Amino acid sequence: MEVTITINGTPVTSDVEPRTLLVHFVRENAGLRGTHWGCDTSNCGTCVLWVDGSPVKSCTMLAAQADGHEVTTVEGLEQGGVLDPIQQGFIECHGLQCGFCTPGMMMTGRWLLDNNPNPSEVEIRDCISGQICRCTGYKNIVASIQWAAEHPLTSEVTA
Amino acid sequence: MTAVEEVPLSAAGNPIGFGSMRRVEDARFVRGQGNYVDDVNLPGMLHSAILRSPHAHARIVSIDASAAEALPGVVAVITGKILEGIPRPSLLGDNFAWMPTLSYDTQAVLATDKVRFQGQEVAYVIAESRYIAKDALELIDVDYEVLEPVMDAKMALDAGAPIIRDDKGQTDNSITDVHGNKTWESGNAESTAAAIAAAKADPNCVVVTQEIMYPRVHPAPMETCGSVSYLDKVTGQLTMYTTTQAPHAHRTVYAMVAGLPEQKIRIISPDIGGGFGNKVPVYPGYVLSVIGTIVTGKPVKWIEDRNENLTSTGFARDYHMTASIAATKEGKILAVDVDVLADHGAFNGVAQPTNYPAGFFNIFSGSYDYPDAHCKVTPVYTNKAPGGVAYACSFRITEAAYVIERVVDCLAQELQMDPAELRLKNLLRPEQFPYTSPTGWEYDSGQYEKTMRVAMEMAGYDELRREQAEKRTRGEYMGIGISFFTEGVGAGPRRDMDILGLGMADGIELRVHPTGKAQLRLSVQSQGQGHETTFAQIVAHELGIPPEDIEVLHGDTDNTPFGLGTYGSRSTPVSGAAASVVARKVRDRARIVAAAALECAPDDLDWELGRWYVKGDRERGKTIAEIALLSHSSLELPEGVEGHLDATAVYNPPSLTYPYGCYICVVDVDPGTGQVKVRRFIAVDDCGTRINPMIVEGQVHGGLADGVGMALMELIAFDTDGNNLGGSFMDYLLPTAVECPDWELGETVTPSPHHPIGAKGVGESATVGSPAAVVNAVIDALSPFGVRHADMPLTPANVWRAIQGNAIRVDMAIE
Repeated sequence: MEVTITINGTPVTSDVEPRTLLVHFVRENAGLRGTHWGCDTSNCGTCVLWVDGSPVKSCTMLAAQADGHEVTTVEGLEQGGVLDPIQQGFIECHGLQCGFCTPGMMMTGRWLLDNNPNPSEVEIRDCISGQICRCTGYKNIVASIQWAAEHPLTSEVTA
Repeated sequence: MTAVEEVPLSAAGNPIGFGSMRRVEDARFVRGQGNYVDDVNLPGMLHSAILRSPHAHARIVSIDASAAEALPGVVAVITGKILEGIPRPSLLGDNFAWMPTLSYDTQAVLATDKVRFQGQEVAYVIAESRYIAKDALELIDVDYEVLEPVMDAKMALDAGAPIIRDDKGQTDNSITDVHGNKTWESGNAESTAAAIAAAKADPNCVVVTQEIMYPRVHPAPMETCGSVSYLDKVTGQLTMYTTTQAPHAHRTVYAMVAGLPEQKIRIISPDIGGGFGNKVPVYPGYVLSVIGTIVTGKPVKWIEDRNENLTSTGFARDYHMTASIAATKEGKILAVDVDVLADHGAFNGVAQPTNYPAGFFNIFSGSYDYPDAHCKVTPVYTNKAPGGVAYACSFRITEAAYVIERVVDCLAQELQMDPAELRLKNLLRPEQFPYTSPTGWEYDSGQYEKTMRVAMEMAGYDELRREQAEKRTRGEYMGIGISFFTEGVGAGPRRDMDILGLGMADGIELRVHPTGKAQLRLSVQSQGQGHETTFAQIVAHELGIPPEDIEVLHGDTDNTPFGLGTYGSRSTPVSGAAASVVARKVRDRARIVAAAALECAPDDLDWELGRWYVKGDRERGKTIAEIALLSHSSLELPEGVEGHLDATAVYNPPSLTYPYGCYICVVDVDPGTGQVKVRRFIAVDDCGTRINPMIVEGQVHGGLADGVGMALMELIAFDTDGNNLGGSFMDYLLPTAVECPDWELGETVTPSPHHPIGAKGVGESATVGSPAAVVNAVIDALSPFGVRHADMPLTPANVWRAIQGNAIRVDMAIE
């Protein structure tokens, strides 16, 4: 079946099997490999992206269900060569090690800040509790999201 | 903090040497531009999937793959019988159906005679897409004759137990190592037994004996294992993108397994999504992807799903331990004896130095000063997945640290002594270093009491005890747990340590380009540790050039020198030392070049960060960048001195390094539900010199989460039929942000005296040291109920049952 999904503002049309998972569509059909796959059972959250502005575990959704919808992935965070504060926060606060869970964590963190610009530590921990990181013990992920909250429109970015 | 404030900053604001700096690797990861194995797509690439056994123990009567082969899009179906028919020109058996393990055992690539654990590889499908390959698995008809499995290690050696390894002509389920031993002993059996017997007979002494299980767990990196293999039949070149922590060792193993010439094998280990020891062994799936490209002539990708990862690749622990500790009633430890039944699964596939079949478990005597210690480890085969040495275990020091720290707490309870006071009475003293342990390890350096006092101060230990006493009067159950651990890491000295005969030394290469910019080529492999940053800092420290001017290359065997890879916290102790040594070689060569340019003798020059200058005349000097260009110029160098500054080194460590630490955990236990809340966790690590404190702290954070996970929720259990009960993340629970507290870190710095920069390695310290602190805290909370021990994981159900006096046995298969 033909599916058209607008990913990071660009429509992507592919003829796919009805059972194709959204995560596979994004990775294989759209060629955007920043969204990762990690568990089969929707527990790990490494595949989190946005559908119509809300975080979704993209291994839980069929590409067909996203037909005609807007998807935002980690590749859509950087705008005009400037990193999003959430990306900068992960760099500043050592919020990542192997980097595998990072895109999903950043998508959830960015969404949280869009909806709650000054979250408490408890709110941040609760918000990312559907996602697993095996490297960082979460402390620096929390700090990274806090950094982004404190630097909403920073232009002093370096990478 | 170390004196990092004195380190000058580069123009980019990075320390020219040691100190926290942002990671180089993050620029790609935060943009989603990492390159993991599953991101590799080659032209014409095929996909593959593995059919796995639903049974733990069964004879294969027949396999009918015809329906799978007929499915459109399927390119080939490979079974064990087909592999048996492919001759292999190598010393390791005459066909492809079996492969060697890293412990000189054999493991089936695809089962031919029997399946020996649930999840074992039975058939391999290569197809045009991953979806089709998975569809085809369901069309393969395997007729099994189900056999009784051995799921309980304690019954493995019983007379009449089913024989698992009849392929080797075994008549029981014992494991014999490459030296012919069926048990592994260390320490002095006679003196330890005598000391314990004497203590039993002495009214002024006590002996406490406790069964302590370290259950089977799994490293579960977020990225599962996988590979993309391509054999170019014209050139004979095999290129393999693969999730390996040890690319060079794997290259050699594939040369042995596949009989391919090693110079034609290129292993590329791109970005690795976590390893934790899961990506050290060579798995059948990797080998099958190689066979797949040999058979089809096309690139073949194999990527595990999560169930495959949890049920078939390297598990960790599964050590059934019984520890006896003897002490005076004043709390002076006299002797410790540990007896271990080690469940190795169906194939002995542990990844560890050959001479250490129980890993470094025999460092179990720990951080205390007593003369007599002994352990005996009896390994057995069971119908479970192979593995055993993984999950940041520092070659089984996790088990060692856990058993001593748990039994010391049992002793404290018996003596009704504060566990901190008991530890302080027995800790090794600074003047005892270098200290030779009762089992022969030579600890390099430590200030144990100082470190413990820092942790107690940070925790507010006395105040916590007061709070606990007050809460108990109200029926609230708060616990305080301490763990003091010592690790030996950085394997290791080549005279003693090898894997499959490969000595554990690491090569390194430093190229200094004419403009003074450098490339460092590593043999070790980052899985998130930040090598591209840390190793540049080591060279910056030695040469005085900015870290951003040093490109670190790794993960490609064609472009890096040979070395044994990253596991056992060995990157900094071994390759970090190599980086320092090779940079010093460059600095020495630069001195000769500078002397020629300045028309003086090399001995007339002094070094300051980044330049050689004439003694007594600081203005006359040459920077490394200037010297680099001079080394390529027409400048006449002394007889016998080659031009250029490039250098190589191989670092063969003289000994291990011994990081240590003191951890204090505070928990609150709800006696009604059994729920444990980790309220605080204080971790004071001493890993010697800290190259990048930010990265060191990150390593500790991750290991602490491991400790909370193992202590409270992680478990790979089996039922008596052999079903793996931890085969998904719905069943194998990992800690999330809400189970982890806001870690409180401290440090002391006691450099290693024999490491060039005094660093000790820290990648596994927290995973090793933290489980005991959490368990000790929970047991401390439950002590008013008369609980002395309960095995991990301390789930709400298990805690509740422990309170009822009926703790769950995790050492047995579940009925």
